[in-house]
Amino acid sequence: MSALTIQSDGLGYGGQTVLGPFRLDIQPGEHLILLGKSGCGKSTLLNHIYTENRDECALIPQGLGLVDRLSVFHNIYMGRLSRHSVFHNLRNLVVPAEARVAEILPLLERLGLSDKCFSAVADLSGGQQQRVAVARALYQGASVLLADEPVSALDGPEADRVMSLLSEHFASAVITLHDVERALRYGQRIIAIQDGALVLDEPAARLSVSALNAFY
Amino acid sequence: MRFTKAMAIPTYRWPRGVRTGLWFLLIALCCVPFADLEVSSLDPWTDLGRLLQGFISPQLMEPTLVIEALLATLAFAFAGVALAVVCGFLLALAFHHPLMRGFCALMRSVHELFWALIFLQFFGLHPLTGLLAIAVPYSGIFARMFAEILDQVPKQPGYALPARSGYLSALFYTRLPLAWPHLVSYASYRLECGIRSSAILGFVGLPTLGYYLESSFSQGYYPEVAALLILFYLLVATKKLWLRRWTLPVFIIGSPFFMGEGMPIIWGNVWRFFSQDIVPSPLRGSDPTWQSFADWSSNILLEQALPGIWNTLILSQIALAVTGIFALCLFPLISRHCFSAAGRMPGHILLVIARSTPEYLLAYILLQLLGPSMLPAVIALAIHNGALIGYLTGRNSNEIQLRLSAPERRVDRYCYELLPRTYPAFLSFMLYRWEVIMRETAILGILGIQTIGFFVDSAIQEIRFDVALLLIVIAAMMNIMVDMIARRIQQNVSR
Repeated sequence: MSALTIQSDGLGYGGQTVLGPFRLDIQPGEHLILLGKSGCGKSTLLNHIYTENRDECALIPQGLGLVDRLSVFHNIYMGRLSRHSVFHNLRNLVVPAEARVAEILPLLERLGLSDKCFSAVADLSGGQQQRVAVARALYQGASVLLADEPVSALDGPEADRVMSLLSEHFASAVITLHDVERALRYGQRIIAIQDGALVLDEPAARLSVSALNAFY
Repeated sequence: MRFTKAMAIPTYRWPRGVRTGLWFLLIALCCVPFADLEVSSLDPWTDLGRLLQGFISPQLMEPTLVIEALLATLAFAFAGVALAVVCGFLLALAFHHPLMRGFCALMRSVHELFWALIFLQFFGLHPLTGLLAIAVPYSGIFARMFAEILDQVPKQPGYALPARSGYLSALFYTRLPLAWPHLVSYASYRLECGIRSSAILGFVGLPTLGYYLESSFSQGYYPEVAALLILFYLLVATKKLWLRRWTLPVFIIGSPFFMGEGMPIIWGNVWRFFSQDIVPSPLRGSDPTWQSFADWSSNILLEQALPGIWNTLILSQIALAVTGIFALCLFPLISRHCFSAAGRMPGHILLVIARSTPEYLLAYILLQLLGPSMLPAVIALAIHNGALIGYLTGRNSNEIQLRLSAPERRVDRYCYELLPRTYPAFLSFMLYRWEVIMRETAILGILGIQTIGFFVDSAIQEIRFDVALLLIVIAAMMNIMVDMIARRIQQNVSR
């Protein structure tokens, strides 16, 4: 049985088709990497998967979708808004609940943000903001991760730390990356999109960097 | 569950903007015990019921009168705003000079009704009174806004001009065309305000809508009141239909013919006003002494200015806070992140009606219903300004692009996404509006609430124009100060 099945007669926006008809099965425990030129429809596919399977998925969108006037803590807490009562959410907005802060602090520590708990997101660097979006997805506790270039603003070692954190934390994942080497390191299965179609769908073990470079 | 390592929980501090908002709320709460907020009329609900019944069966008074009133309302608005656009633009060109800045601040810090009261004393009920009552304060407003807009224009086109191109050529070839759309859209917004101001001028005797509203209301002819109000809303709501590029010159050129005849100007009065009436009375005699002047001024300050200032401050701070609360509750009604297009319709209609009703008119109606206290004034100010700021904030929230995974529950979405994202814009609208609310609060005194306008109005009725003018100048100083404080806070918050 697969963790997720995604099917579509074609995806697009503004009346333009970006991606032709396809069917995609994601097995439990499988981490899938999407590759392709920018504008090829990776984000469209990711957003489609999210809208069809909201309940199981945590999303890290390309624009991050952080509320930059709110603190790091509040942005991460947003991952669990639907688990708590409206009253608790309101209360936590005004006076952060100690129990929630205690849940989030260890996450911040692992992401190197422990001194930023109550800083406004607007005051953080681009890389720090990206890690906040990652933390929000981790905190949400969903089983499937959908991430659109989750480490694009991080440098090498930092990016690897975040990628391995994401891989160990989520049972299944669909991640778009533009770094072919990293795709092979963290993905079990690679999918490449070209000219509106899924042109490649292979286990990562059978692929090489040079083979994948053809898709850029 | 136990944590192996005890973790220090850091302390959370509210963001600066939130603290600013809470300070305003706290100040307003401290003002409440000093404010007279009781309902003193015996049976407000019956009167309200009769007014609402009037809306169900509106009745037009004599149609020719009504058409004349509507045309006069438009005529004063168009002529006044057009004159102000020209003067304001010329003033804007010299706005960088501190003296000019102060001059414009003084013009706009005096409310159009106060200007009308001043001009009434020497021009009498002449069309010039209404025209200048709008044109003078609006010139000050336009000067400031036009100067700001012209300053924000991209600088490169100006730099790229050949040397010695000349100031005027540079203005007409670079800054003006670049700023044009913004200038036009601001002037068009102000025209709407001008129609409201013009309608209100009827309350001091000019032949606009307010004149007929007041006479129908005071006689209890609610169906007539309702008909006039509905016509006014229709006029404002259909502005886009009748106001086109080619109709604008027609309206402006035609406007002088619809302002009514009025009374002829008696130039002797004009001369007397400046040479005698506004000279402080102790200085008018043959041997003025410092002692008598000091007595005169301390008397006015202690018995009229101070209570007037105090009540104006109390009332405007409460009104400001309630306005903010209204706006924050209202803006989701027109936000695309909260309701579907169809679901937003009632909100839009509510906000249009509330913001196109002038606060003076609302206060007048509510005072009749609730009796004389600060309560109707607070409600009136909060309804009009709350709807306006709610509309602006809602429009701001519609420009936000939410992430796909944004919270689904409406309350969560409002508190965690929309409110934090729109709050900075909301706060700056509020700070900008603070001075306007203060100015309106002062003017509501004419209706009997003891703000500074009350003392101005009584001084005029006692034919003591020297006192009235002094009080008007004091009110203007208050507005200028509030405007300065508001700007300081704005800079502080957005730092």
